[in-house]
This record gives sequence, C-alpha cells and structure tokens, in this order.
Amino acid sequence: MEANKIIPDPAQVREELIEKYPAKVAKKRSKSIIINDPDTIPEVQANVRTVPGIITQRGCSYAGCKGVVLGPTRDIVNIVHGPIGCSFYAWLTRRNQTRPESPEDANYIPYCFSTDMQEENIVFGGEKKLKIAIQEAYDLFHPTSIAIFSTCPVGLIGDDVHAAAREMKEKFGDCNVFGFSCEGYRGVSQSAGHHIANNGVFKHMVGRNNEVKEGQFKLNLLGEYNIGGDAFEIERIFKRVGITLVASFSGNSTVGAIENSHTADLNVILCHRSINYMGDMMETKYGIPWMKINFVGAESTAKSLRKIGEYFGDEGLKARIEAVISEEMPKVKAAVAEILPRTKGKTAMLFVGGSRAHHYQDLFSELGMTTVAAGYEFAHRDDYEGRQVLPGIKVDADSKNIEELKVVADPELYKQRKTEAELAELKEKGLEINGYEGMMKQMTKKSLVVDDLSHYESEKLIEIYKPDIFCAGIKEKYVVQKMGIPLKQLHSYDYGGPYTGFEGAVNFYKDIDRMVNNPVWKLIKAPWEKKSTGLAASYVTQ
Amino acid sequence: MLLRHTSKEVKEREGLTINPAKTCQPIGAMYAALGIHGCLPHSHGSQGCCSYHRSTLTRHYKEPVMAATSSFTEGASVFGGQANLLAAIDTIFAVYDPDIIAVHSTCLSETIGDDLQQITKKASDDGKIPDGKYVIYASTPSFVGSHVTGYANMVAGMANQFAESTGEKKSQYNMIAGWMEPSDMREIKRLAKEMGINIVLFPDTSDVLDAPQTGKHVFYPKGGTTVAELKSSGDSLASFALGSISAEPAAIALEKKCKVPFETLDIPIGLSATDRFIMAISKMAKIEVPDEITAERGRLVDVMADMEQYLHGKRVALFGDPDQLLPLTEFLLDLSMKPVHIVSGTPGQRFDKEMRVMLEKRSPETKFKSGLGADMFLLHQWMKNEPVDLLIGNTYGKYMARDEDIPFIRFGFPILDRIGHSYFPNIGYNGSLRLLEKILNVLMDRQDRDALEEKFELVM
Ligand code: SF4
Ligand code: SF4
Repeated sequence: MEANKIIPDPAQVREELIEKYPAKVAKKRSKSIIINDPDTIPEVQANVRTVPGIITQRGCSYAGCKGVVLGPTRDIVNIVHGPIGCSFYAWLTRRNQTRPESPEDANYIPYCFSTDMQEENIVFGGEKKLKIAIQEAYDLFHPTSIAIFSTCPVGLIGDDVHAAAREMKEKFGDCNVFGFSCEGYRGVSQSAGHHIANNGVFKHMVGRNNEVKEGQFKLNLLGEYNIGGDAFEIERIFKRVGITLVASFSGNSTVGAIENSHTADLNVILCHRSINYMGDMMETKYGIPWMKINFVGAESTAKSLRKIGEYFGDEGLKARIEAVISEEMPKVKAAVAEILPRTKGKTAMLFVGGSRAHHYQDLFSELGMTTVAAGYEFAHRDDYEGRQVLPGIKVDADSKNIEELKVVADPELYKQRKTEAELAELKEKGLEINGYEGMMKQMTKKSLVVDDLSHYESEKLIEIYKPDIFCAGIKEKYVVQKMGIPLKQLHSYDYGGPYTGFEGAVNFYKDIDRMVNNPVWKLIKAPWEKKSTGLAASYVTQ
Repeated sequence: MLLRHTSKEVKEREGLTINPAKTCQPIGAMYAALGIHGCLPHSHGSQGCCSYHRSTLTRHYKEPVMAATSSFTEGASVFGGQANLLAAIDTIFAVYDPDIIAVHSTCLSETIGDDLQQITKKASDDGKIPDGKYVIYASTPSFVGSHVTGYANMVAGMANQFAESTGEKKSQYNMIAGWMEPSDMREIKRLAKEMGINIVLFPDTSDVLDAPQTGKHVFYPKGGTTVAELKSSGDSLASFALGSISAEPAAIALEKKCKVPFETLDIPIGLSATDRFIMAISKMAKIEVPDEITAERGRLVDVMADMEQYLHGKRVALFGDPDQLLPLTEFLLDLSMKPVHIVSGTPGQRFDKEMRVMLEKRSPETKFKSGLGADMFLLHQWMKNEPVDLLIGNTYGKYMARDEDIPFIRFGFPILDRIGHSYFPNIGYNGSLRLLEKILNVLMDRQDRDALEEKFELVM
C-alpha cells in the first residue's frame, strides 16, 4: 500500500495549466479552473464555447439528443436525417443495454437508420427524401414511433423536419412521428441536445396514455441510460423493496412506458444534467415532484432508497427497504474489506460527462481513494455549485436559441402529489426535492475543479499529480494509459458494469482493484532501461 | 435475434439506408493525415464530427488519436467559419506545436461554403503560420462518396501541397498507400526493401497508430512520412498507386504537378494481386525478383494446395471498401471459394466495372451492389435467401453472423472488438497467408463444432 500522497498546491497548478496558452485563451480557461472550497463554493465558468483549436472531450448536440436521451428506448425507429456519418458513429457505440420482454417485441437498437443525404439533397433540399425514408421505415417495420434527428446541414438548407413528421404522422394514423432540431452546431456541447430531447419527449410522448396501471409507490427513474446494465440492477432492487417503476428515461425503456410516465407519483433523477428539464416540466404540468438521488455507490444507493421511503412515507415500504439494505450490505462490506487495503490512500481524477464525475466519487471514497481533481465535459454551473445558482446564470447567445417550453398545469391531468408544506417538511429531512447540491460541496477543500478539460491540461494534471487512476472517455483512454496510468472509461465502462446499486458497487471495486494493481504497470520499462536497479547495479553491490 | 426485424423479402429502397456499409469522408481524411510525421489533423466544423471520428479511430486502434476542431457554434454556421479556423490555427501552433496542420472540411463547413484554400492562404498572409510549418487542407464533403473518398482527397492534398520537382530525379519510387492498416504499410516497406528499391511511402501510419508503451505519451510519434520525403516525391522516378479509389487521385496529382508517371495497382491482398505488385516493381525498376520473395510466395501457394479441400466451394458473403474488396474477392476465387454476395456502400463506376468483369469471368452468379442502397441490411436479406458459410467484413458484421450462426472474419474498417489488424498485415504473400490461416481456422473450428462424434477428426 502506498502512503497518502502529497497534494500539490492548486494555485500553482492552475498557473501551470494555462501558462502555455495565448493570453486570451489563458484568461478564458482560468475561469474554468477553480480551487474548491466546499464551505463557500466559488463560481465555475461552465457551459461556454470551447476555444477553436483546443482538443476537447466534447461532442455535439445531436450526440446528446439522439445518442444519450433517445437512443436507449428500444422500440422507436430513430432516423437520422443527414449525410451518413453522424448516424454511423452513433450506431451501437453507447452500450445502452435493453431487454425486450419476448423475442417478438420490437427492438431497433441494433439498427442504424439514415437518409444518407447526397449532394443533390443538400442543393435542392432533403425533405422529399426524408419523407420517402419515413414511408419506407413504416412499410418495413410498422413501428409505433418514428423519430427524426437533424444533423448539421439540415438546419442550414432549411429542411423542415417537423412539418415532414407531422405530415407523415397524419398520413399513417397509427404511428407517432416526431422530429428533433438537434443540429450539431446548436449550443456548445451535448448539453444542448439533452435539452432539445427533453422538450421533444415531453411534447410528443409523455401523456399519450392515461391508463393508471396497478402498483404501489410508483416512480419514474430519470437520467439513467442502462450503460452496462445499470438499469437492470436498479430494477432488481426496486422489485425487491416493492417500488413500481413506471418508466425510465430512458435506459431499458419502451415508448409505451414513457407515454404513461405521468401516472407516476415521483420522479427520481440520477443524471441531473441530461434530464432536469423533464423533472421541472412534469412537475408543472402534472404535479409530480422530482428528487435527486444517486444509485452509484452502495452507501448512496442505501441513502437514496431511504429517501424514496421517506417520500412515500409508508412504514411497510420503509421496513422493506431496511430489510433489503441489511441483506445486500454484507456482500458489499465483505468486498470492501478484501479490497480496501490495496486501494486505500490512492488518488483518482474524474473528467467526464455531466454527472458521473460527481457520482463516481462516492465509489472511490468507499474504496478509501481521494478524488484530487474532477470536472465535467458538458455540465452547467448548477451541476458544480448547486441549483441555488440557477437564477443568477446569464443566458448567453449559444443557449438563447434553445427553446424553453412554456408549460402550464394540465387542466385534467394535473394532480398535486404533495402539498407545499409536505414538500418543505421532506426537504427539512434532507431530501433533495427539486434540488441538487452539485459536485463541489462534496469535494475536499483545495481539490481542483476544471470544466471542459482540454487534452493539454489533462497531460499536465497527470504529470503534476500522478494519480493512480484517471476516469474519462474513449478519446482519452489510450493517451493516459500511454503515460502509465490506468484509465477507467465512465461512458462505456470499458465494456464492464453494471456499476449501480449494491452488486454494481462490488463490480466497480473489483474493476478498480484490478486496474490500479495490475502487474502490467510495473512491466513498462525493459530490464535494461531501469536505472541503478538494473544488472550493473546489482553486480556492483555484490 | 439481434436483427429481428430483418425480413427475407427484399424491397427496393430509395430514401432509407439501414445499417450502412460505409461512413463519411472526414474520418478518412483524419486517418490519412495521421500518416504524416508531426501532423495534427484538424476538423473544420462543429465539435461532434471530430469527436466521433476520433472515437471511432481510437476504438479501431486502441491508440491515442489526436485531432483538433474549429468548434462551430450557431454563429459560425451563419457567418462562416473563417474566424474559427484562424483562431484555431493560432491556438494549435501555440499549444500543440505541430509541424503541420492538416485541415479537412465537414458537411457543415461545406454547406456553408467555406473555402479552405482561401482561409489557409489568409492564415499564411496574416503571418499565422510559423516559419517552417505548414497548413494543408482537403475538401471532404460527407454528402459525396464515403470515408474512402475522404482518405483519397487528403492523400491527394499531400501530393498537391507538398510535392516539388527540383528538375533532378531521385533514385526512388513513390508508393501511395491506399486505405490500409499500419501493419500493411510496414509490410509494404519491408517488401520494397526486399526488392531493393528506395521508396517514399505516403501516408504511413506505422509507428504512429501502433506506438509502443513506454510510460510516456509522445504527441507526435516517430512514424509518419516526413515533409522532406513528401517534397521529394516530385522527384521520384515513378509512382505506384495502391488502390484506384483511395490512392490513384494522389498519383494523378503528382503526374500533373511534377510529371511523375504512375501505375495503379490493386492493394496487394491475396496471391494474384501480390504477384502483380511484385511484377510491377520488378518491371518498372528493372530488377530480378529476389529468391526470398519467391519463397514467400511458394509458402502461400503450398498452404493453398495442401488445404484446398477445406476451402473449395465454400460460400462467402463480404462487405467493405472497393480497394480491398476487389483483390479480396480475387483471392477467394484463387482459393476456389465462392463469393456469393458482395456489398460496398462506397460508389465507384470503375470499381463496379472491374468487379463485374472479374465476376463475369469467374463467378457470374455472384450478387454485387455498391453505392446508394448497398447496405448491410440488404446483404443480410440476401444471406437469408441464399445462405453462406462465411461472412467477411468489419465489426458490425458480428450481429448478422450471430443471428445466422455463421463463421465470421473481421476485415476492413472499423474493427472495434478485436486487436491484431494494426500489428499483423493482411497484404503481400505473408499477410495473405495470415488471412488464409484465419479463414481456415474459422471454417475448421466450425467443422469441429458441428461434427457428429464419430466424424470428429483428430488430423485435418
Ligand atoms: S456532420 Fe457530416 S462530417 Fe460530421 S459526422 Fe456527420 S456526416 Fe460526418
Ligand atoms: S452519465 Fe454522462 S453521458 Fe450519461 S447522461 Fe449523464 S452526463 Fe450524459
């Protein structure tokens, strides 16, 4: 076991990170590199444009809309309107697992649909081809829903995907067709696409089926995408404690469940960044409160279950939750007891996504590891500093163009699930009702917080801190590993998982143990490259 | 079933591509640019394209793939991307210090009408390009051709923008690599050395995308064609373009600019294509083929003869890119196998013609389609109607192979779920022997798996 490392002076680190940048770039970047103080949380510049030429982790709005939010629902035919690339790259690469109930049930996730626009479609418009494509998809598959996603050129040439969708929907009568203007240039990252997706799902899907299904303690799970089977583990736990999952947004989900989601009595939110809009809109329209929870980390899972129990306020449910926790925890504790001696005192860095860089810190702390630096790829200030900063965030030119839906209470379907007083009381008890405290509150004083980390900064950070593990995505994976540091992918989980819940926590501990203690990291230098410990040295001492 | 909605009945489609057997131009340009030493590829468009292209190349190589982007936002899309590209050039030279920035366009910048030649010229006029450094470009609209076209455009850009003729010929030949793996490029260099000729190979991704683990990330790895080599390509005696779609445009550019004559060859996959490759070098350079090469050839033919019973008549479906599919199909025919279905999303009249001429002569019943409508969904439907014994193609083929329960060989781009392609070549006689070994292994494993107990063979 290694001794606790000396943490470098963050102020100096910050200087080193921006030293090489041209003056204007340095000035801009310095506002996104912040020394944390959990007691008086400083402001982080976030959700702003990436400087052109910087090697960034970020992707585009289309990726956030189609890839993240809509991709995991198995029975929608998702047609990408644009040249072939965008659809090709998003094809099966996000690992959204799904489990149709029977071999006959629809599952389009293994398919890739594109209008494959050609030059003449760019010059003369692509709407005609789009409509033909929708018709062909309908004729071939007879799906219940078809969604259209616009890629970069579509907005510029003025194709109206929404008009095309409306026309085809009317024509079919038995197939819901809807479009998304999620062109890659909208906003500054995937985040714009999340918002666009939330709007579309809310407008075109939620509320289409009012049937109140059986079940007690009904909730929706928001911001969970079933990477590596995460949703399966959460579903398993819900089932054990007797919680009815109405719909998931959107891991292992179906159109039918989402259309029925407004019949639930609570929305719990895992990834706040990608889906908080949905929580707000459903509350306004249907009266369903939302609550921030976290199923990443065994302790966090237990805590989140207790909060759900508290929300429903049912003694039977609470008792079952306690029983399940005490049944599940021993396995987790045993794993920690075995692994912790090998991981304790080690350090981690997490730079990924819009919520994972926060939540995975829980798993590391269960392993006795410290997060010395962290940041998001596409989050906003509220994900760092907490939702209380929302009123103070200025809407800039890049966010301004993303539609804010005007939502009002539904005259028939609005039903206030909890009174203001009840909600206030629950908040008193520590439930994050319609709230999120953000990442920084949880991080130690003087840890470093960096938004939209650049490639250059990541190499510098690794040089200075020499962390034992670095968490990011595929583009960073092999760069960091070339530096002799294992990288855990927190988008794809390196094809492992699940990591949620109790069983997921154990999986994660094992994977991290395997990675940080792998013999390969000590085999990098050839025997003849090792200074003083080599043959020559031992010869001298003999 | 993973592809449970794929039906047997084939219907003509005009609007919808399902499970494409191609992707877009820029990724090819990015890959090609990584084959220049000290070069940082740059994607002129919004961030998503660059992120997707880097991710896909990274998954294929399990290696760092560095590239920058102009990070367009809505403003740039309306007013043009010049300001973004100029700013990017400043940032890149200051922070990442490459010798060369290789800019390619995306469908966004192409739709807006950004002129890369004009913007890079402005960058140079404004003094944004430090002395001894370069910014080159290629126009790569994704709504034309495919990833192969993008590769070809960037390689042609290298020839156009670097080659110089000093008036004095050098005793060297250009080998213009069609889309192939670093391992294949390394093998081309070895074969040239065996043959005793000096070559300028470009692009050359060996020692870039197969870099060793040293505990250090080398931002610009030691491999890649150098600027000096690229410049000197204008003085070479002749060029060999390996692949009519992916390499020939660069050879044509060199001929136009520096009057370097060229010969276009297939990528040397399989026996016959490698024979033509070796013969062409021998003829052009007027050298005898060394015994070692003849022995390499002999070993390949030896295995072909000894194992023919496991190959003859085996029915194969394949999909991929034109410059690989032509010689690969020819190899299968040389192995006495039966290519039954062939699909490529990349369009090309010459490719169609060459493929049809070969098939007419040697396998007239083969189904073949390229370009629009030639996707994996169609291939799968064909396979359901006329089953095959083996599927060859990129990683996405594994879904069809599993559903239909047929052996599968990963070949082409991208391969996201196995390693090997970057380390072990599939070209030349040795590479073809490896390919043959892979084919035999999957077929014979299948025979073993399916054999009745009394028919289970010890010796095969
Ligand atoms: S926007 Fe165009 S260039 Fe970018 S990934 Fe899509 S098809 Fe390729
Ligand atoms: S986990 Fe990451 S990628 Fe997934 S939705 Fe949240 S922020 Fe997005």
